[in-house]
Amino acid sequence: MNPSFTPWLRHPTVLRIVSPLLLGAVLLGLWQLACVAWKVPVYLVPSPVDIGRTLVSDGPMLFGALWMTLKITFFSFALAVLIGTLAAFVFVQSRVLEASLFPYAILLQVTPVVAVAPLIIIWCSNTTLALIICATLVAIFPIIANTVLGLRSVNPGLLNLFRLNRASRWQVLLRLRIPSALPCFFAGLRIASGLALIGAVVAEFVAGTGGTGAGLAYQILQAGFQLNIPRLFAALLLIALTGVALFSLMAVLARLSLRNWHESELG
Amino acid sequence: MLMQTITGASALPQALPRADSVGVQTPLFANQVEKTYSNGTQALSRVKLAIQRGEFVSLLGPSGCGKSTLLKMFAGLEKPSAGHVRWWGKDSPASPTQGQSLAMVFQEATLMPWAKVSDNVRLPLDLANVPKAHSQSKVDAALALVGLDRFSQVYPRELSGGMQMRASIARALATEPNLLLMDEPFGALDEFTRNKLDSDLRQLWASRDLTVVFVTHSIFEAVYLSSRVVVMGARPGRVIADIEIDGPLERDEAYRTSPAFIAQCARLSRLLAEANGDPC
Repeated sequence: MNPSFTPWLRHPTVLRIVSPLLLGAVLLGLWQLACVAWKVPVYLVPSPVDIGRTLVSDGPMLFGALWMTLKITFFSFALAVLIGTLAAFVFVQSRVLEASLFPYAILLQVTPVVAVAPLIIIWCSNTTLALIICATLVAIFPIIANTVLGLRSVNPGLLNLFRLNRASRWQVLLRLRIPSALPCFFAGLRIASGLALIGAVVAEFVAGTGGTGAGLAYQILQAGFQLNIPRLFAALLLIALTGVALFSLMAVLARLSLRNWHESELG
Repeated sequence: MLMQTITGASALPQALPRADSVGVQTPLFANQVEKTYSNGTQALSRVKLAIQRGEFVSLLGPSGCGKSTLLKMFAGLEKPSAGHVRWWGKDSPASPTQGQSLAMVFQEATLMPWAKVSDNVRLPLDLANVPKAHSQSKVDAALALVGLDRFSQVYPRELSGGMQMRASIARALATEPNLLLMDEPFGALDEFTRNKLDSDLRQLWASRDLTVVFVTHSIFEAVYLSSRVVVMGARPGRVIADIEIDGPLERDEAYRTSPAFIAQCARLSRLLAEANGDPC
């Protein structure tokens, strides 16, 4: 590409926002064209226009389900951040604590939520609570692991400086460990935000709850049974957009707090 | 006078004060200090050293001679395996804001990247809970002293290596210490920057009641800066010579090429070679 010929395409904002949108539009156009040209039946692959039409006609139902999924995602994400960060603080207080607790955190991580979900759903009479617990279990590990790593990655010279100036444990935590941990913490947030959404959807698949409190996963299941493929695609689209929005939100948060000093957010 | 000019390594040991006579005029006194690590490596062997008020003492030696370990002990960051260190005759250094106090400058600038230069310099005062209204003037004064007054509101990454080191020195000076410990502070800088900082440091020392202990492996730097050079040998780390540098008080660039300067350097170089054998 000749940079003097198309300089606007090289502009960072254009590059980050416009170019993926442009690619998306082109792909959607091709998809629409292919569907029309080969007369693909709508119960196999609906065209983008079909999906858009369903999004409007089934709007109240789909957005209600989205709201439910969002609630579970946000609650479990918040819980994961809260509990995960507290656990990380406990872990870095002593090596003995970390050594005895960390294997169980790993156990939590490697056990698939699909396998645990039925148990949790049996134990909890409240389905929403059961879903939140499942999603929290999925999202919490990257928060713990990254925050522990961050709280430990302290410049040893700075630690010596704090010791030399008789800093209390509290001062070291507040003025040294927490700021040092921020870059790793935000990396953890980014992973966990996506996992909370995945957890919320997967748990609902397992729970298979319907009725008024149904989320997007239930809509996908139902649409599948009824071969209502355009609705299935519409629900899928909403989940994907939610994930992208969450990820972007975390990226903005990281940028706001690190832009002045951390290498990852410079330039 | 406790200190005497020594003409060669054979003139050791230097006359040292008795432990009970060490007082406010002796910011640092190491008595038969040893350091043996748990793996059996002996880093320091029976180091006896007294540093008097107002001296600029360089600890000079090859890497592995334990000079940084000794400096960490002087800072109270490491405990000797045997022997003891006294600060102004007491067995622990005073806290940074109370009277006789010490500050340290590390090999790297070790600034907090998330804090502006002025907040970095204020850190020791903040940690001692000095109210901001009171600490601001000290921070400004320290920054002016190292020539960084225009850069108080920038982040460390925006400064060059030399300026970061200046900020680090300003941070050490913010508590107005009587004893400044410096661990190869200019080792990572280019020669021009290093010479400039050496000369500024020398002036700073001459202008106030400040005792400096400066670790270096550069003979030229040691001779240029110091009123006294303690030459150390390796395996195990020990003091092999203790030499007074009789240069002028005012040391300008011309001093770096004067015959007296070169003669002192040559002598130190010879001592180091004798004590440490072939360079490895």
